Amino acid sequence: MFLEIKDLSVKIENKNILKSLNLNINKGEVHAIMGPNGSGKSTLANVLAGKEDYEILNGRINFKDNDLFDLNIEERAQEGMFLAFQYPVEIPGVNITPFLHSAINSKRKRMNEEEIDNLSFAKLLKSKASDLGINIDMLKRSVNTGFSGGEKKRYEILQMSILNPDLAILDETDSGLDIDALKIVTDGVNKLKTKDNSFLIITHYQKLLDYIKPDYVHVMVNGSIVKSGGSEIAAEIEKDGFQKFQ
Amino acid sequence: MNSETLNTLNSYSKNKYKYGFVTEIDDEKPKKGLNEDTIKFISLKKKEPEWMLAWRLKAYSKWKKMKEPKWANLSFPEIDYQDIYYYSAPKGFEKKPKDLSEVDPKLIETYNKLGIPLEEQKVLSGVAVDVVFDSVSVATTYKGELEKLGIIFCSIGEAIQKHPNLIKKYLGSVIPPGDHSFSALNSAVFTDGSFVYIPEGVKCPMELSTYFRINAENTGQFERTLIIADKGSYVSYLEGCTAPKRDDNQLHAANVELIALEDAEIKYSTVQNWYPGDEDGKGGIYNFVTKRGLCAGKNSKISWTQVETGSAITWKYPSCILKGDNSIGEFYSVAITNNFQQADTGTKMTHIGKNTKSKIISKGISLGKSQNTYRGEVSFLRKADKARNYTQCDSLLVGNQCGAHTVPYIDSKNNTAVIEHEASTSKINEDQLYYCRQRGLSHEEAVSLIVNGFCKQVLQELPMEFAVEAQKLVSISLEGSVG
Repeated sequence: MFLEIKDLSVKIENKNILKSLNLNINKGEVHAIMGPNGSGKSTLANVLAGKEDYEILNGRINFKDNDLFDLNIEERAQEGMFLAFQYPVEIPGVNITPFLHSAINSKRKRMNEEEIDNLSFAKLLKSKASDLGINIDMLKRSVNTGFSGGEKKRYEILQMSILNPDLAILDETDSGLDIDALKIVTDGVNKLKTKDNSFLIITHYQKLLDYIKPDYVHVMVNGSIVKSGGSEIAAEIEKDGFQKFQ
Repeated sequence: MNSETLNTLNSYSKNKYKYGFVTEIDDEKPKKGLNEDTIKFISLKKKEPEWMLAWRLKAYSKWKKMKEPKWANLSFPEIDYQDIYYYSAPKGFEKKPKDLSEVDPKLIETYNKLGIPLEEQKVLSGVAVDVVFDSVSVATTYKGELEKLGIIFCSIGEAIQKHPNLIKKYLGSVIPPGDHSFSALNSAVFTDGSFVYIPEGVKCPMELSTYFRINAENTGQFERTLIIADKGSYVSYLEGCTAPKRDDNQLHAANVELIALEDAEIKYSTVQNWYPGDEDGKGGIYNFVTKRGLCAGKNSKISWTQVETGSAITWKYPSCILKGDNSIGEFYSVAITNNFQQADTGTKMTHIGKNTKSKIISKGISLGKSQNTYRGEVSFLRKADKARNYTQCDSLLVGNQCGAHTVPYIDSKNNTAVIEHEASTSKINEDQLYYCRQRGLSHEEAVSLIVNGFCKQVLQELPMEFAVEAQKLVSISLEGSVG
């Protein structure tokens, strides 16, 4: 099993957020999690990435034969987990090139691969950026600083394409995007998809799933997955909302 | 190797021989403590003319009546001025390490982290003679090239003997000996430092650095530096080097004076990394430095850039007196304090001439249990029509046991002055750390990246080579503070 979440219960500040959650993802699969606000979708994404604010009450997570709780944030990232943030944070004064260059090399180091040199990396970054329709001038700016919402999301996808993760988690990547930006972002995801990597797409709306076809759709309500199935579930939600699942 | 270099090598080796094997070596040091005899001894040893001794003694008599300035946000035990050696000629020659194995391994570790080559490491730790020779030869080769342009670059001691007119005219003209007790002390007992004169219309073709000079001549703890840029000239001067220098003594009181005449520009960059004391706040240098530049002529410019990471106590306010019309003063500063370090640093911009402009960018980073204060004074005198100042002070806190303080004074006697001031204090942002780590960077890498980003505005003012070393130094200063 590629990613296996078993019986996961999580709380933050005395509030139970995830309750006995189960989810399995195989290599090459695209899963979508849909749910109303406050159902615990983003918590799941952050618990997977290793954010330290949460208390794990019960359960376990296996990722590529690792007990995920044995790995810290950066080790999980180096193992191939990528989180595209809902609200990417600004880092003034830090240019994307050295930032991503360090990131990719720390991953390569862990995988016992040769580090990539400055020049090759600059070329790689440029070619990936032009693939995603990102202006080269944007690469000269500081990470996320002064970017519009749409620019930030595209920037996340650019980073994802450089780091080429085994498991990409997209946390409400569609929120705040107009239709053009949404197309660019989803195109990027579709280009990246292979039979060897997996996606976990978290969204509130069905719109995103018009562009990325998931293999499985899960409905999450009140900290647990209450229904799983194919893309027909997304259509159901589009029509009737989450009401009937609650 | 040219003949000039050979001469220098020869004279150097003779000196070394002489000092190394004299039996009455103790006689080279005066007794501990400060009195007229100490000053006479220093002046005699440096073969100074009578007028220089008189100048020193006058400063000393002023010092006796003065008390240390107390405005700074610093606490330290009282300094016992009678418990200090004020002169030691063959400093450490008798206890100089023979090779690197005798040097503190911690120091070597730092050198390695900074990527300083082995040969340079030897020079920096004051080791072997042959390497010192290398450095002397480099220094003298440069010297020859500079002399062709009429540039004078030598020790202040040499300048007192060879260029008395320039010294008489300018020494103490920007920092009068009676300015405050540390300037009076320095004026009385200074033993070394640099002297630079750039003639009219000459753009100095290379960065001048104390680095080579100090290694050749062993700078004392009371440095005195004087830089004069004549009309239309330009010079960029680098002070110190990024490796920690150790010293037997705890007190440093340097004075640096800059004079820019009409249309001249001086850029002065410092990377200060004196020994900061250990993790428990034991030891370290007390660094009381007075740096002041005078934009004497029209359209002149003085720019100070400093990266302060060392010293147990830093007390330092590189300042500009903007006397010439349209003159410009700049101050770019990064001050990082860790463990029990205390820094009280900033600048003074005094606008006298019309259309004078000043810019202050200060970045303070506090870690551990340290205290970091920005103190600045911007004043506009009556005739400073249409003068402008822009000040930006940003503080970054890492952890919750450190302190950041901002004390800006503004004083305007001219109502056409334009003053802008921006200040911010922030804690290192957990979301930024999380973001970086999610991309695979370690906690330490992430902190270093964020702090370097925070300082970028200042670091980019440094000459290229220096900037790279400064960045590494910033990362090293942060080590062990996170986890």
